[in-house]
Amino acid sequence: MLEVLTEFMIIDIFVRNFGRFMSGLRFTITLTLVVMFLGTILGVILALGRSYGIKPISWFCTAYIEIIRGTPMLAQLFILYFALPAYGIRLSAVAVAYLGFTLNCAAYQAEYTRVSIESVGADQYKSAYSLGMKRWQTILFIVLPQAVRWSIPAWTNEFIYILKYTSLAYIIGAPDLMTQGKFIASRNYQFFRVYLIAAIIYLIIVLLSTWIIDKIEKKFKIPGFG
Amino acid sequence: MEDKNRSLLNIIDLKKSFGDNLVLDGISFSLDTGENKVIIGPSGTGKSTVLNCVNRLVVPDGGEIWLEDTEIISCNNINEIRQEIGYVFQGFGLFHHLTALRNVMLGLIRVKKVPKKEAKEQAIAKLEQVGLLDVLDSYPAQLSGGQKQRVAIARALAMEPKLMLFDEPTSALDPELIGEVLNVMKNLAREGMTMLVVTHEMGFARAVSDEIIFMEKGKIVEKSSPEKMFKQPENPRTREFLFKLDELYGKGGEE
Repeated sequence: MLEVLTEFMIIDIFVRNFGRFMSGLRFTITLTLVVMFLGTILGVILALGRSYGIKPISWFCTAYIEIIRGTPMLAQLFILYFALPAYGIRLSAVAVAYLGFTLNCAAYQAEYTRVSIESVGADQYKSAYSLGMKRWQTILFIVLPQAVRWSIPAWTNEFIYILKYTSLAYIIGAPDLMTQGKFIASRNYQFFRVYLIAAIIYLIIVLLSTWIIDKIEKKFKIPGFG
Repeated sequence: MEDKNRSLLNIIDLKKSFGDNLVLDGISFSLDTGENKVIIGPSGTGKSTVLNCVNRLVVPDGGEIWLEDTEIISCNNINEIRQEIGYVFQGFGLFHHLTALRNVMLGLIRVKKVPKKEAKEQAIAKLEQVGLLDVLDSYPAQLSGGQKQRVAIARALAMEPKLMLFDEPTSALDPELIGEVLNVMKNLAREGMTMLVVTHEMGFARAVSDEIIFMEKGKIVEKSSPEKMFKQPENPRTREFLFKLDELYGKGGEE
């Protein structure tokens, strides 16, 4: 294995451009974490709006979710980066990356959360109301704690997906791992090797994240279920 | 019409339709403090709807429901009224993400605003009352059906209700688990809790109820003491129904 890597100059290229790879990786990870954090909060709000909101709010949330999920991520980034300036809204590539991925992620998170909200049975609402709990208390103390837990597997998928999908940021030139790779390759012309290194880095980060999230999931599991 | 201030619960001419389906067609009865009444009747005759109306989970189309001096249908403090009425039903409705103890504490903490330490003590006392001290830290999915229903009873009791509603509390249980729940209910009745129970457990009805109400098609067909109901029901429909229950569940009251 080591010889193959040496043969292909992969280690050599990696070592030479270590700083750039790491800076790209740092951007990718930061972007993913921020997007997942904000996307989850926004997603839960959208899910609550869709499930419990008065009609106009519910419709707005539904429309938002369906439009985002029904259009390509790339198109969304393009609209934010190339179309908005025509209306006087000029955002940097980095800002577009954060905003675009968050808006996209929120729509998917909203759907996962909504499905989980709906899996909380009517009996639990009935007993909550019977105790004299108000609607918001029932949602906050009964429904959400369960819905969030049910969403963890879907959330894990979304995390892995966003982690890799942030590579789209290179199209608008945000300095993520892919963009840095492109920059390195454009100088040494070793496109295959550079992108292979990027792929290996993605793979390692994905495996590592899956492992960590799995630990978290086990910790928060409701005993007796699954 | 009865004096509405005398009874703990007074239901007057209750009406409810779901679409074209008339579910309650003028139901009236009352419950004094310490009384225990059982509603029986074929499925789909509105028994559960009566209970759901009593704590306004279902809003009736007409009639009045008085809990002491408060008219429930028109009151604007329903969340306070609901604290006075414990409700236990077939599906348990336990909160899956909370332990047995936490299930019982939640209402105390969030609704009654009891400090956590006190809430814990009170919850433990109620769980002891239903014989569940050994499963305080178990989650609902780790409990048997009978245990779940007893947690639900403890949870309702923790709010110190004036009235307990039971909607077929044993219908979802395996036969060997029914007894433990009925025993808890019998003890409650003997301790003087006011109870309105929808059930097909005639043994229970005979042992503790002051009156049995036979409902069919949204109306009260007959109401009388268990002795009279079982020995000489007046209405032929009552007789027929009790006969069927006997066939299904065996003769009640042999204990």
